Amino acid sequence: MGDFIVYGLGRWLHIMAGVMWIGLLYYFNFVQVDAMKAAAADQPPTGAGITKHVAPRALFFFRWAAVVTVLAGAMILGERIDDALLFKERAYVPIGIGAWLGLIMFFNVWVLIWPNQKKILGIVPATDEEKAKARRVAFLASRTNVMLSLPMLFMMVASGGLFRRAFFG
Amino acid sequence: MKNPLDSLWGTVIAGLVLTGVLYMLAKSMMGG
Repeated sequence: MGDFIVYGLGRWLHIMAGVMWIGLLYYFNFVQVDAMKAAAADQPPTGAGITKHVAPRALFFFRWAAVVTVLAGAMILGERIDDALLFKERAYVPIGIGAWLGLIMFFNVWVLIWPNQKKILGIVPATDEEKAKARRVAFLASRTNVMLSLPMLFMMVASGGLFRRAFFG
Repeated sequence: MKNPLDSLWGTVIAGLVLTGVLYMLAKSMMGG
C-alpha cells in the first residue's frame, strides 16, 4: 500500500502537477507575452482583461503546481534523495541533474517571478520605475525557466528511459 | 551581444544546446 501511494499515486501527481506547471509556463512564454504586446499596441489598448482576469488565475495554478510537483518529486526520490542531489551514485546522476534543474526553476517561480508579478499586476504597490524593473526580472526568470525546462524534462524521462539506470520502488 | 532569452526561439535553442551539454556531462559522470 505504501509503495502504491509513493510510486503509483505520487508519480501520477508529480506528472499531473508538472504538466500544469510547465504548461502554464509555456502559455506565458509562447502565448501571453506576445499577446500582451499586441494588446498594448491596439488603440485603445485591449490587454486589461488579461492582466485583471487571466494572469492572476494562471499565476495561482502556476506557482502552487510548482509546489506540488517538487513535493511529489521529493516523495518519489525518498531515501534516494541524497544519492540524486549529491550525485553519490552513478545511476542517479540523470535524475539528480533533472531534480536540480527543477529546484532552480522552483526558486525562480517563488523568489523572482511571483514577487515581481505582484508588482506588475498591482497586487502590491510599486512605482512605474519599480514596475519596469520587475517586468524585466520576471520576464528573464520566466524565459530562463523555459530554457531549463528542456534539459529538465530530458533528464526526467531519460533517467529510466535512455540511460535505463534509475528505478524507484 | 543580444540576450538569446529576449527571443522565444533563442530561448528554445539555448535550451536544446544546454540539453546536449548536460547529456554529455551526465554520460561522463556515469562513466561513459
